[in-house]
Amino acid sequence: MLAFLLTLGLMLLIVIAVVYAERKVAAFMQDRMGPTEAGPHGIMQPLLDVLKLLQKEDIIPTAADKKLFSIAPILVFVAVFAGFAVIPLAPAVVASGIGIGVFYMLAIISLDVVGLLMAGWGSNNKYAMLGAMRSVAQIVSYEIPAGLAILAVVMVCQSLDFQEISFQQGALMNQFPGLEYEMNWLFGIEALGINTTTIGGITTWNIFRVPLLFVAFIIYFIASLAECNRAPFDIPEAESELVAGFHVEYSGFRFAVFFLAEYAMMVLVCLVAVVLFLGSWNTPLPNIGPFSLAYWTSGTVGELSGILWGAFWLISKTLILLFVQLWARWTYPRLRVDQLMHLCWKVLTPIALAVVLGAGIWRLLMVG
Amino acid sequence: MYRHKLRFAKLATSVKESLKLGTTIKYKTGFWSVVKSLWQGAALTIRHFRNAKNRRTPAYVSDENYFKQPDGLVTLTYPYEALPIPDNGRYRLHNEIDDCIVCDLCAKVCPVNCIIIESVKATEDIGTTSDGTKKRLHAPVFDIDLAKCCYCGLCTTVCPTDCLTMTPVYDFVEVDIKNMVYHFTDLSPEEAEEKKQLLAKQQEEMAAAKAAALAAKKQQG
Ligand code: SF4
Ligand code: SF4
Repeated sequence: MLAFLLTLGLMLLIVIAVVYAERKVAAFMQDRMGPTEAGPHGIMQPLLDVLKLLQKEDIIPTAADKKLFSIAPILVFVAVFAGFAVIPLAPAVVASGIGIGVFYMLAIISLDVVGLLMAGWGSNNKYAMLGAMRSVAQIVSYEIPAGLAILAVVMVCQSLDFQEISFQQGALMNQFPGLEYEMNWLFGIEALGINTTTIGGITTWNIFRVPLLFVAFIIYFIASLAECNRAPFDIPEAESELVAGFHVEYSGFRFAVFFLAEYAMMVLVCLVAVVLFLGSWNTPLPNIGPFSLAYWTSGTVGELSGILWGAFWLISKTLILLFVQLWARWTYPRLRVDQLMHLCWKVLTPIALAVVLGAGIWRLLMVG
Repeated sequence: MYRHKLRFAKLATSVKESLKLGTTIKYKTGFWSVVKSLWQGAALTIRHFRNAKNRRTPAYVSDENYFKQPDGLVTLTYPYEALPIPDNGRYRLHNEIDDCIVCDLCAKVCPVNCIIIESVKATEDIGTTSDGTKKRLHAPVFDIDLAKCCYCGLCTTVCPTDCLTMTPVYDFVEVDIKNMVYHFTDLSPEEAEEKKQLLAKQQEEMAAAKAAALAAKKQQG
C-alpha cells in the first residue's frame, strides 16, 4: 500500500513537472516565454490546468458507444500505471519485485493499445477513429524493435528482474542475493583482464559494459517515442490534421486521465530506458583508486541513504531522457505514415535483430 | 559579397550539372548525412534554448537595436512591459478644456464628424487661455467619439490654441461602445443650464434695454 501511494505520488509529481517543463522548453526553443502568470514563473500552471479540467462538464456524445467511451481512459491509465509497479526506485524500494518484471512490463503496456482503440471506436467520430487506427498500427509495429532491444538486454543480463538488472550495473552488485560471486569485466569481456566489479560507476552501465547495447538503447529510445505517441511520431494525435486524434471527443475528467496517462507513459518509458541501459539507480561516478566515488554516492543498501541516493540518480537520469524527448518534439517535424512504417520495419527491426544476434555472441564472450 | 558570389557560382554549376544529367536536384541521403542533419536541427533548437536567458528590452524606436532581434526571447510581458511610443504617434485624443476657445474648427475639419461641440456665449469675463487668447464661449458639450475617430490628427493641427493633442495612450478598450465617447466639458449639466439662463437673461435685458432706448427715441422724435 505504501509503495502504491509512493509510486502514485511520485508519478503525479514527475508528470506535473514534465507538463510544466514541456511548456517552458517549447517556449524557450521558440523564443517565447511560456507560462508566467500563475505563481512565480508560472510554476502553478499545470496544477491549475488539471483543476480546471476537473471542473469541466463531462460530455459523452449521443452517438458514442457509452460503455467503451467511459471505460477507455481508465483502461489506458491503469495499463500505464500498472507498469510502474515493477520499476525499482532504489536498491531496496520496488513496489513489486517480481522475477519476470520485464516480461510483465511489455505485456501490461500493450494493453494501452486496447484502451486507445476503445476510445477511438467508442467516440464514433471519424477523427478519433483515424487517430486510433494510426495509433494502434504504430504502437503494435514499434513494439517489435522495442521488444527486440529489450531482449538484447535480457540476454546479456540473463534476467527478467528489473532489480537484478539494476544491481548488475553498479558497484553494489555483489549485495544482491544470487549475484554474490558475479564479476563485471571491462566491456564484459573477461579476456581483457580488467575487473570493474568494484569500480562500478559508468563502467558497469549496460551501454558501457556491452557497447553493442548502445545501439539497442538508441533503437529502444526511438521506438519508445513512437509508443507514447510523441513527436516526431505523433501522427495518431497530429493536432494539425486529426484535431487531437483518439481523444478528440473527450472532455473534463476523462480527458485529464488521458492526458495524465500520456505523460505517465513518457515517464515510464524513460524509466525503463534508464533501468535497462543507463545503470538504473546506480551512480555514474566510478571508484578511482583511493577515491571511492561510487560508494560515496551510493549510500548503504536498505538504509535511507541508499534510498535517497538511488532515487536521486534514477530520477535525474530519467529527467534528462525526458528532456531529450521534449527536445526532439520541438525540433523534428512529424513523419508521414509510410516513412514511419519504413523506419520501423526496414530500418529499426533489422538492426534490432542484428543487435540481438550480436548480444548473444557477446554473452558467449562474457561467459568466457 | 565575395562569399555570396562564390555560393552563387556553386549553385549555378550544380544546377547546370543537374540539367546535364537530366535530373532534378537530389536530396542528400545516406546514413551520415541524415544523422548530420538531425544533429543540426537539434543544435539549432538547443541554441535557442540556451539563449533563452536573454530577453528583448523595451527599447525606444531610435535605439540602434530596435530593429535587430538580439538572441533570446522576443516577447515582452505586455501589461507590465511595453515598447515606448514614438513622440509623434497618433493615439488617444485629449482636450485641455481650460485652453479651448470653443472655436469649432476641430469639429469642422474632422473627416468623420466625431467631435460634437455645443457652445454658449459667456455673460461675464471668463479669462484667457495659457497662450493669452481671450475666452468668450462656454462648451456645455465637448464630446469626441473615439470609436469613430480615424486618428488622422487633423483636429490637432487646426486647433489654434494647441489644446487638442494626441496622448501616448493606446490601450483603452471598453466593454460598452458608449464609453468610447469622451466628454471633455468642464461644466456639469446644472452649470450649463445656469450659463444658458444667464445668457438668455442677459439677452432679454439687452433686448429690453434696446426696446426702451427705441421707445425713448420715438418719444423724443
Ligand atoms: S483625429 Fe481625425 S478623425 Fe479623430 S477627431 Fe481628430 S479630425 Fe476627427
Ligand atoms: S480647435 Fe482647439 S480651441 Fe478650437 S474648439 Fe477645437 S479644441 Fe477647442
